Amino acid sequence: MSTMDASPETNTGFKRVRVIDHISRMVRRQPLGTGGAIVIILMVFMAVFAEVIAPYDPEANSFEHMLVAPSLEFLLGTDQFGRDLFSRIVYGARTALFVGFACALVGAFGGLILGVASAYFGGWFDLIMQRIIDVFMAFPLIIMALAIVSIFGTGTDKVIIAITIPFVPRCARVVRSSALAIREMPYVDAARSIGYGHMRIIMKHIAPNVLAPFLIMLTAFLGEAILLEASLSYLGMGVQEPTPAWGLMLQGGAEEYAESAPWVPIWPGLAITIAVFGFNLFGDAVRDILDPKLRTR
Amino acid sequence: MKMLWRSAATTAFALGVAAIFGPASPATAETPQYGDELRLVVGSKIPSYDAHIESTFGMIHPIRPFYSVLMRVNPDNPSSPTDFVCDVCEGDVPKPTDGGTKYTFKIRKDVKFHDGTPLTAHDVKATFDKIAFPPEGIASNRQAYFKTVESISAPDDYTVVFKLKNPTGTFLPSVAMPYNFLYAKKDLDAHGYTWHQKNINGSGAFRFVEHVPGSHVKGVKYENYHHKGMPYLNGFTAISAPKMSVRLQAIRGGQADIEFRGFPPKARDDLVKALGDAITVQESDWNCVLIVTPNHKVKPMDDVRVRKALSLAIDREGGSKYLSRIAIVKTVGGVVFPGHPLAATEAELSQLAGYGKDVEANRAEAKRLLKEAGHENLKITLHNRGVDQPYKVVGTWLIDQWKKIGVQADQWVQPTTPFYATLRKQKDFTISLDFNCQSIVNPIADISKFLPGAGNNYAEFQDEQLLKWYDELLAEGDEAKQRAIIRKYEKRVLDELASQFITLWWYKINPHRSYVKGWKIAPSHYLNQALDNIWIDQAEKKRQLGG
Repeated sequence: MSTMDASPETNTGFKRVRVIDHISRMVRRQPLGTGGAIVIILMVFMAVFAEVIAPYDPEANSFEHMLVAPSLEFLLGTDQFGRDLFSRIVYGARTALFVGFACALVGAFGGLILGVASAYFGGWFDLIMQRIIDVFMAFPLIIMALAIVSIFGTGTDKVIIAITIPFVPRCARVVRSSALAIREMPYVDAARSIGYGHMRIIMKHIAPNVLAPFLIMLTAFLGEAILLEASLSYLGMGVQEPTPAWGLMLQGGAEEYAESAPWVPIWPGLAITIAVFGFNLFGDAVRDILDPKLRTR
Repeated sequence: MKMLWRSAATTAFALGVAAIFGPASPATAETPQYGDELRLVVGSKIPSYDAHIESTFGMIHPIRPFYSVLMRVNPDNPSSPTDFVCDVCEGDVPKPTDGGTKYTFKIRKDVKFHDGTPLTAHDVKATFDKIAFPPEGIASNRQAYFKTVESISAPDDYTVVFKLKNPTGTFLPSVAMPYNFLYAKKDLDAHGYTWHQKNINGSGAFRFVEHVPGSHVKGVKYENYHHKGMPYLNGFTAISAPKMSVRLQAIRGGQADIEFRGFPPKARDDLVKALGDAITVQESDWNCVLIVTPNHKVKPMDDVRVRKALSLAIDREGGSKYLSRIAIVKTVGGVVFPGHPLAATEAELSQLAGYGKDVEANRAEAKRLLKEAGHENLKITLHNRGVDQPYKVVGTWLIDQWKKIGVQADQWVQPTTPFYATLRKQKDFTISLDFNCQSIVNPIADISKFLPGAGNNYAEFQDEQLLKWYDELLAEGDEAKQRAIIRKYEKRVLDELASQFITLWWYKINPHRSYVKGWKIAPSHYLNQALDNIWIDQAEKKRQLGG
C-alpha cells in the first residue's frame, strides 16, 4: 500500500526534477534563448488572458481621455481616440501571435511539402519547382507581401495570405537542400528496394530527417511574420482600425503625436521590438540545439 | 566719446526722417514684391492634366496655375459664394438677359496661350462645348452642371453667348468652377479631346516647365499674362509628398512654404508651437462633407429601419466637439454647406433623425428600430478609403458610435483607385464612407449628389419624389421657395429614406510660412489656386530661413 502510494510521488518527483534539470540546463546553455522563450510565454499569456489583463475595452473611444499621459488610471496613457494603450498592447499581442503563428505554420508546412516533394521526385518536377521558387525569392519579403496585399486587399485574413505566400518558397528551398542529401541515403534505397511507396518513404524516412531545418525556419518565420504584419499595418495595408494591432497603433500615432504625446508611438514600437527580439533569440537557440555542428562545439 | 557722438547723430537723423515720413504703414508693408519662387507641397498624385475629367486637388494644385478660366471666385474674397470676377472675360461678370436665359460674355483681347496663339471666343466656346456637350466616348466630369445650357455660340471673335433652357442661379457658379480650364480650339481640333490629358498649353500666370512624376511640377512666370503686373512670383514648384508627416516637416524645416489642402488641428498646433510667428494660420469652413452611403441593394441596408438606426447612433455634436481636435472635420450640418442661406438652421436640423440633442434617446430609438427589423446583433463592414484625414479617423469614430447601439462593425479599407472601383463598378459593399467635395459653394448643384441615379451617388436606390423635387428646384428662381424645396428634399434623404446620411462637414486649416502673402483661404481646396496674386516677403523669408 505504502509502496503503491509512494511510487507515483517518487515518479512525479523524479519527473519534476528532470524538467527542472532540463530548464536549468537550457538556462545555462542558452541564456538568450531562454530570455526569448520567456518573452514568447509572456506574449502567449497576454494573448490568452487579454480579457482578464486589459483594464479597458481596447476599441472603445473615450474622448474625455484623449492623449492622456501614462498614469495610474491609464498605465501606458491613451491615444488620440482616448483608447487605453495598455489594453490595446495586450490585445495587440493576440493579433500579432495569431498572424505570426498562422503565417509561420502554414508557410513552413507548405514549404516542407514542396521542398521534400521537389527533392524526392527530382527531374523535371524539381527543375520547374525551383525556377518558380527562384521567381518568388527574387523579391524581398516586404515587396512581395505589399504586392499580394494590393491584389487581395487589406484586413487580417488578407495579411496572413500576403505573408504566408513568400514564406513557402523560402522554407521549401532550405528543406529541399536537406532532403536531397537524405534521398541518397542507403536506408532510403533500402526502403525503395523492398517496395515502399513514395508516400511511405517521404513520410517515414525523409520528412522526419528534415525536421531540424524545418523547425529552425518555423521559429524564424514567427518573428518575421510579426514584423511584416506590423510593417504592413504601419503602411496602412494590413490590419485595419479599430482592431488592436501594434503596427497599426504605430501608424495612427507615430506621425502626428511623436512629439507632443510620445507615449502613443513608443509603447507599440517597444512591443514590436521585444516580440521580434524574443522570437529571434528563441529561434537562434532552437537552431543551436538542433544543428549537430553547432551542438558539438 | 567720438563713437557716442556719431551714434547720437545717427539716431537723431533717423528720428528726423521718421518724423517727416511717418512710420511704415501696414499698407506699405503689404505692398506686393516681385521675385522668388513658391514651393508648395501636394499630397496626391496627378491622374492627368485634363481638369475637365478630373476632380482631385492632386491635379488642381500643380496644374491650375498654367491655365485661365472664363471667370472665377474673387481671389481677394474667396470665402464669398457669390463674389465672382472675370478672368478672361472683360469687365464685370455679365447679368442675364432674355428673362434670365442668356449670358453674354465679352472676351479680353490681350489674352494669349503660352504657345503665342491669341485666345478668342472660339476657344471659350470649344472648351465649354467639350465640358457641356462632350462627344460620344469623351468623359466630362461636370457635364451635369451644365444641364440647363441649351447652346453656346461665338457670334464674333470676342463674344460668347450661353443660352439656357430656363433661368437658374446655378449657372454662374458652374462657369466659375476652377476645373473649367480654357483650351485652345486649335489644340482640340488638331490633337483631339484627349490631348490635354498629357499636354499643357494654357494661358495662365505660369508656363509649364516640367513634371517629374513622384517628384515635382515646375512652372515659371508667364510674361504675357493678361492680368497686368501679375504674377508676382518668378515661378513655383509643386512638390509631391503623399505622406502628411513629410508635408508637415517640409514646411517646418523650410523646404516648402505652403500646403493648400489643409492639416489637422494637431499639425497646426505643432507648427505654431515650433515656429511661432513664422507661421500664419488661415481657417475656414470647408465645402466638403463625409457621407455614409448604404448599398440599398444589399441586405440589411434595403431596410430603412436599419439605415435610420445607423444614423440615429451618431452623436454629431459630440463628434464635432472632440473629433475636430484630431481630424479635419468640425461642422454639424445637413445636405447644404452650413452657413449658406439655403442651409438648414439648427432648429430645422434638430427635427431630422440623428440630429436631436438627446443622444441617449436617439440611440434608444435606434435600438428599437434594429430590434423591430430583426437585426439586434447586426454585424457590418464599413468600406472606407485608405486616406487618414479624415476618412480613416471618421471611420474609426463611426464604428465606435455604432457599437453603442450594439452594431459590430469592422473596416474594409482600399486605396483610392480600387475604392472607387468598388463604389462604381463592383458595387459589392454593404455600407461605405463617401464624400461630397465641391469647389464653388453652389447648393442646388451640390445636393445633386443625393439624387438617386446621379453619377456620383452609389447608394443604388430609386425615388421618384426626390427627382421630382429636384426638377422643381432647378426651375425655381425664388430663394425662399428654393429653401422650402431643399428642406423637403433634405428630410427625405436624411430622415424618411435615410438613403444616405451626413457625418460631419470638414474644416479647413492652412498653416503656412508667414512670408507667403496674398493668398486667402477659400471654403474649398480647389479654389483660389491660380497663384497669380501670391508674393513672397523676401526679407521675412531671409529672416526665417537665412541665406
